[in-house]
Amino acid sequence: MVAAIRPDSWNYALFLHVLGAAVLVGALVTAGSMQVLGWARDKGGGAMFARLSFRTLLIVAIPAWFVMRIGAEWIRSKEFPSGADEPSWIGIGYVTAEPGGLLLLISVVLAGIGARRLAKGRGADWLTRSATVLTLVVLAAYLVALWAMTAKPD
Amino acid sequence: MSRYDWLLFLHVSSAFALVASLVLYTVLIAALWNRDVPSEAVRLFRVQRVGDVLVAIGSIGVLVFGIWLAIDVDGYEVWDGWIIAALVLWIVMGALGSRTGKLYNAARDRALALSRDGSDAPSPELRSLLQDRRALWLHVAGIVTVVLLLVDMIFKPGA
Repeated sequence: MVAAIRPDSWNYALFLHVLGAAVLVGALVTAGSMQVLGWARDKGGGAMFARLSFRTLLIVAIPAWFVMRIGAEWIRSKEFPSGADEPSWIGIGYVTAEPGGLLLLISVVLAGIGARRLAKGRGADWLTRSATVLTLVVLAAYLVALWAMTAKPD
Repeated sequence: MSRYDWLLFLHVSSAFALVASLVLYTVLIAALWNRDVPSEAVRLFRVQRVGDVLVAIGSIGVLVFGIWLAIDVDGYEVWDGWIIAALVLWIVMGALGSRTGKLYNAARDRALALSRDGSDAPSPELRSLLQDRRALWLHVAGIVTVVLLLVDMIFKPGA
């Protein structure tokens, strides 16, 4: 296999895209782990983990999603200027990134309402558990995207 | 998928695991910063296990699959400047991570000991361990090192 050489001018966009994607996956892993731990903990622990997972999604995952998407569009515009044929792995990127972003947003809202209700001592099991499932679904989708971006299937 | 595709996927996945562990530790450090109740700290430290698994898989994976790629791909050699720089950064990252881990593990062990003794009153000693500036700066230095590794991998200076 010969090393794939890309123009230096693509590097800034690729760096932004990869950094955003890596931090996004990290935030999803962190929030997902806290949400799963929150299921098994007592009332106080559940509220603490719910609040922390909500803040992680809001303060880390959402900004990272934007960095990842801006970087993605930037490098796509360089690698495949308008009119150029796009390979299927670009399509996989779009299919996972955009619906994933919407699910992430829904997850943040559910986690936020759930954390607020738990802090007030009200039940919020379905809210926090739905947020957990959505977070883990988004994480799985982005791992598929990671495979598509590196393996580049035709 | 060719062997190159698999190696690249595993190398990048390992790098993502490494960054994920840093994100998790950063959130954990921030969440623990103003805690002084042992049982709360013990609860939060449970998340650390996920980070420990990720950092082990990530740090070993990037090294093994990275060297394998350098050997497998024509045009790259293990002794290329940017690959040697990456190896040096990997060693620095490991040393920083090891020292950071020791400081935070000491805080975790103290929280566990206080909690086991049945003392759940706020502990100024625990708070000072969790707010250890040296541990925080070592963690920040670890993040900077991983960002430099990412810059080196993408920009490949001298390649």
